[in-house]
Amino acid sequence: MVVLVQLRRALIYLRPYWHIALGSFLSLVIVSTANLISPQILRIIIDRGITQSDTRTLIWACIALIAVAVIRGIFSFTQGFWAEKTSQSGAYDMRNDLFEKIQTLSFSYLDQAQTGQLMTRMTSDVEQVRVFIGNGAVQLASAGVMLIGSVVILFAANWKLAIISLLTFPLMAVTIGIFVVRIRPLFGQVQAQLSSLNTVLQENLAGVRIVQSFAREPHERERYAKLNSVLLQTNLQAVRALSNNFPVFFFWANLGTAAAIWFGGHLVISQQLTIGDLVAFTAYLALLIQPLFTLGFLGSQLSRSAVSAGRIFEVLDAHNEVTDRPGAITLPAVEGRVEFDGVTFRYVGDERPVLSHVSFVAGPGVTVALVGQTGSGKSTIINLIPRFYDVTSGRVLIDGHDVRDVTLESLRSNIGLVLQETTLFSGSIRDNIAYGRPDTPFEQVEAAARAAQAHDFITSFPEGYDTTIGERGVGLSGGQRQRIAIARALLLDPRILILDESTSAVDAETEYLIQKAIAQVLRGRTAFIIAHRVSTVRNAGLILLLDGGTIAASGTHEDLLRDSPLYGEIIDSQFGRQTGRVEESPPTPLLAPTTTG
Amino acid sequence: MQQRAFTSLPAVTQQPVATLPVLRRLAGYLKIYRWRLIAVLGLVIAGAATSAGGPYLIGRAIDTAIRLGNGPLLNTIAVALVSIYAVSAVATRFQVALMGSIGQRILARLRSEIFATLQSLSLRYFDQHPAGDLMSRLLNDTDVLNQLFGQGIIQVLGSLFGIVGAIIAMLLLDVRLAIVSLLVVPLMFFTTALFSQISRRAFQRTRESIGDVSAEIQEEITGVRVAQAFNRTALNRQRFAVRNAANRDANVSAIAITSALMPTLGILSSMAIAVVAGFGGYLALHHQATVGTVVAFITYVQQFFFPIQQLANFFTTIQASFAAGDRIFSLIDSTPDLTDHPNAITMPPLRGEVVFDHVSFSYGSRRTSGLPEAGDEPEPELVLDDIVLTAKPGETTAIVGPTGAGKTTLVSLIGRLYDVTSGAVRIDGVDVRDVTRTSLRQQMGVVLQDSFLFSDTIAGNIRYGRLEATHAEVEAAARAAHAHEFIERLPQGYQSTVGERGGRLSQGQRQLIGIARAILADPRILILDEATSSVDTRTELLIQDALRVLLRDRTAFVIAHRLSTVREADHVLVLQRGHIVERGTHDSLLAAGGLYAELYRRQFRDDPAGSVP
Ligand SMILES: Nc1ncnc2c1ncn2[C@@H]1O[C@H](COP(=O)(O)OP(=O)(O)OP(=O)(O)O)[C@@H](O)[C@H]1O
Ligand SMILES: Nc1ncnc2c1ncn2[C@@H]1O[C@H](COP(=O)(O)OP(=O)(O)OP(=O)(O)O)[C@@H](O)[C@H]1O
Ligand SMILES: [Mg+2]
Ligand SMILES: [Mg+2]
Repeated sequence: MVVLVQLRRALIYLRPYWHIALGSFLSLVIVSTANLISPQILRIIIDRGITQSDTRTLIWACIALIAVAVIRGIFSFTQGFWAEKTSQSGAYDMRNDLFEKIQTLSFSYLDQAQTGQLMTRMTSDVEQVRVFIGNGAVQLASAGVMLIGSVVILFAANWKLAIISLLTFPLMAVTIGIFVVRIRPLFGQVQAQLSSLNTVLQENLAGVRIVQSFAREPHERERYAKLNSVLLQTNLQAVRALSNNFPVFFFWANLGTAAAIWFGGHLVISQQLTIGDLVAFTAYLALLIQPLFTLGFLGSQLSRSAVSAGRIFEVLDAHNEVTDRPGAITLPAVEGRVEFDGVTFRYVGDERPVLSHVSFVAGPGVTVALVGQTGSGKSTIINLIPRFYDVTSGRVLIDGHDVRDVTLESLRSNIGLVLQETTLFSGSIRDNIAYGRPDTPFEQVEAAARAAQAHDFITSFPEGYDTTIGERGVGLSGGQRQRIAIARALLLDPRILILDESTSAVDAETEYLIQKAIAQVLRGRTAFIIAHRVSTVRNAGLILLLDGGTIAASGTHEDLLRDSPLYGEIIDSQFGRQTGRVEESPPTPLLAPTTTG
Repeated sequence: MQQRAFTSLPAVTQQPVATLPVLRRLAGYLKIYRWRLIAVLGLVIAGAATSAGGPYLIGRAIDTAIRLGNGPLLNTIAVALVSIYAVSAVATRFQVALMGSIGQRILARLRSEIFATLQSLSLRYFDQHPAGDLMSRLLNDTDVLNQLFGQGIIQVLGSLFGIVGAIIAMLLLDVRLAIVSLLVVPLMFFTTALFSQISRRAFQRTRESIGDVSAEIQEEITGVRVAQAFNRTALNRQRFAVRNAANRDANVSAIAITSALMPTLGILSSMAIAVVAGFGGYLALHHQATVGTVVAFITYVQQFFFPIQQLANFFTTIQASFAAGDRIFSLIDSTPDLTDHPNAITMPPLRGEVVFDHVSFSYGSRRTSGLPEAGDEPEPELVLDDIVLTAKPGETTAIVGPTGAGKTTLVSLIGRLYDVTSGAVRIDGVDVRDVTRTSLRQQMGVVLQDSFLFSDTIAGNIRYGRLEATHAEVEAAARAAHAHEFIERLPQGYQSTVGERGGRLSQGQRQLIGIARAILADPRILILDEATSSVDTRTELLIQDALRVLLRDRTAFVIAHRLSTVREADHVLVLQRGHIVERGTHDSLLAAGGLYAELYRRQFRDDPAGSVP
């Protein structure tokens, strides 16, 4: 059964803690034994101590009663404590594994994934599994042992009666079976709907500015309420399945007892059985019922955690397209030659390629500028260099090594990157700049900040570099965030630097200063710069003009002006209309609006 | 002024949860279901009665029917037994169904309430609270309550009922013995109270630590691309493991306390039984009680302590629920620092005059990563200082200035995303604090500096500001934003999904959708905060043509670093460190030769030797 496969896998997480789990199990056995002994002591108290007025026995038995209670107390403590310890430790490992997996998921997976989904799996689903593998598994084991034990005792006592009282077993099994079949998809739906609920929530938190600015709170509330009521309905269905099946299950179990009494009673009446035997038998029957009930209750817990386990393993088993291939080598000291060899690339799920047959060579130390319309594939190209995605066909080579043949770590540690969308983390500004090398001395952090023109505004804050910023850099202006991101990349002192519109939110003056500083840094390094501004582009060693995913033209500024009508058009669009409108004639004809990297 | 607190949790955690208020709140949610709860109670009693009836009938069957060889009586008893089991099954059926549905409904209501609360809180609140921690309250804390509402209440009810029944029976049987056996009860209460006291903090810590874990998860998931780019995954894993371990340890130590309670109560009850047996034996010896009474008594004492132990068993869930409930209610109760004035009016249709009347604004003081200490709080810095401006209906005001000058802040005050620290923002002569936020914001459209899209279709995203817009209108807005062309090229056109935060579109494409969204909202006041910063210049020029038409009779605020885009504005304000340092038109400012002229010239500086890497 699939259920069991998932759960078995979940149980593997307990393996390192098997001795604690065993301790908990043994404690449970001792507690159960103590539970069996206590009534016997009580019987002695009543029968011999009180009825026969045997004071000595009475006193000793009372002492024994307390002693047993103490022992039971100690072990019921260890049972509960160790069970929790085991399950929490297992859950801890499971969360760590999930976290590790998510941290290494390839970009194509992340493009499809939703934060709320992944979060639900890491919290709610792990918790569902934990509840089961903690107490559930131990109880299941002990109920199983008790069940087998009592069945053996029953058969030993009277096999005919045993068979009669177990006649309803198949009915119980069927009931449980029906229940599991009905409840499993429901639990699956519950967790999935919970995920959508959390996705809406997560999105609302992330996009709270837009929600509030457009006064869309009522709409969002309604959206949430709708999903919430869908979840409620599914939960109610689950409740119904539970309430429809469990009483039936217990009824079958009880019916067995009734049948045994009835049949046994008639045996006694027809003198095929002594009354003593029957009384003893009913006492053992009571032993049978308890574990049966436990099993019944665990049935629902079991199917619920099996569903959650399935959802967890779905993430853990997610195919990671970008991984080190076996035998991948460490990229040797990088000179910085970057070559695209007939690269075609398609995003997962798309039919049409975003890049087709892109080929170019950037020698070491060359600055490559990518220009082209919005959506023409500039960011996609630079995403292939650190191997965030694997090419669909063709090759990306660094110093002649296919990026798929070297370890990701060695590849990426040579590349400094400022992504188009700035993502900072909550923490101090200093930690954010030192993100790639947390142990960098402060002087270097400061130097990187200075080069990114961030030092001045940072020190204008009362706490300077220790200023805390919020998630995604809340608390900084757009341009301030971008400069932190630039400093973060510069700090790596990479051989290959990629700047994807890294100064789009920065004013002209600051941008100019940043460019000057970066020009220093770039000496001898290969750089990829995406920019819309021609003045940035024109001095690049190689300009790639992208149009609809292909390289429409490449070469130096002069080459392109001469050869490419499209390039000319871009230049014209930038200053053709401006010169017409501006009265004061600016110092040079380059009237380009500023955005550059 | 509120403090900023990002990952470090607020100081509230020092105080243990007060049990009573939480209990009262939870009870409040149960109140509407009072009749159903009474029905549940009835069913619990019925269930208890029938489950006591089973053993009784079996005893009768053995003692009378079987011993006396009465076959027909045995048959009758067997039938009675089966019917009792059937009744019990039916009672359980309805009890589980009723209680389950009550619990689920309460949970659904709680979730909606939390979400509604989150929707009513101000940006300042979100600036300060990690999203993951807020999510955890909705996700994990409600989960804990689920356990309470599920089987918990039934068990508590059943146990309480059992206790009361046993006490009555004991008192009726023999008052002296009853008093002796109940002697331990105060001790038990004391023990339980002590344990709750100790465990309360521990359970609070479990809820907080799972909140921390969630916060970390959510942030690391959203930032995972950067983590990979910077080879940070190993380090992040270590960091996560620390928080994860803190959560594990918090849970284990909480359980350490609660799993000690049950055994303690068990020992106490055994002592009580021993005392009763001893005392009863003594009474019986001296013929002050019959042996039968003493024997029956011992059985009752056992019956009495059994539900108490069951309650103790349930102690963990109760404690965890209180901690979870406390977090949920403290969120629901958090007073929004920015609310509609009680007599707030609905903003009438706008003409669009915007006035800043000596506006100053501060985000509050920044906090260091170190521990917060009372007393040494730095002076809050003014991000905007005494801003005075008037934008007449239909005018376009451009705001320029170095990064961090306060441009984005200034425009957020128009829609009252934050409240001014002093001064007033007036629209058509009405203070924005005197109107409902919804009626105000509905008449405004914004394109934010970082374009945020929802993981919906393109059409859904464009329609966000005006849900009832027709497809033709959506398309017209997309055309005006020059997004139509690329949308048409996508295989599913307007029905393509854009992925989380619009991740499946290029940055520039996201901005175009954001512009289309604002255009479609058809606002009286339009705010464009670097709306085209990631768009190529050719497209940008085309959009500007479209915007020129669009802005003609709207009040508009345009922020841009590409000064070419602000040239046609009616006013240009130059902002520097929170002050308006220059104002005028493009021409007059250029002529004045101040900061604006400098910034403008800087843009066109083309120093091949220096500016280009
Ligand atoms: N949520 C916030 N909490 C605290 N301080 C903030 C917050 N947002 C911005 N600030 C600070 O307020 C100042 C002004 O920020 P604002 O975003 O208004 O600048 P801006 O002029 O829009 O800059 P840019 O051109 O870079 O976008 C900055 O110093 C910034 O650090
Ligand atoms: N993760 C993704 N999944 C699917 N399609 C994508 C994804 N990212 C980008 N695209 C598509 O690929 C094309 C190229 O996108 P890319 O981000 O490379 O453009 P760009 O040239 O960087 O544009 P911009 O100047 O706007 O940043 C676009 O049509 C975009 O819709
Ligand atoms: Mg891009
Ligand atoms: Mg801004």
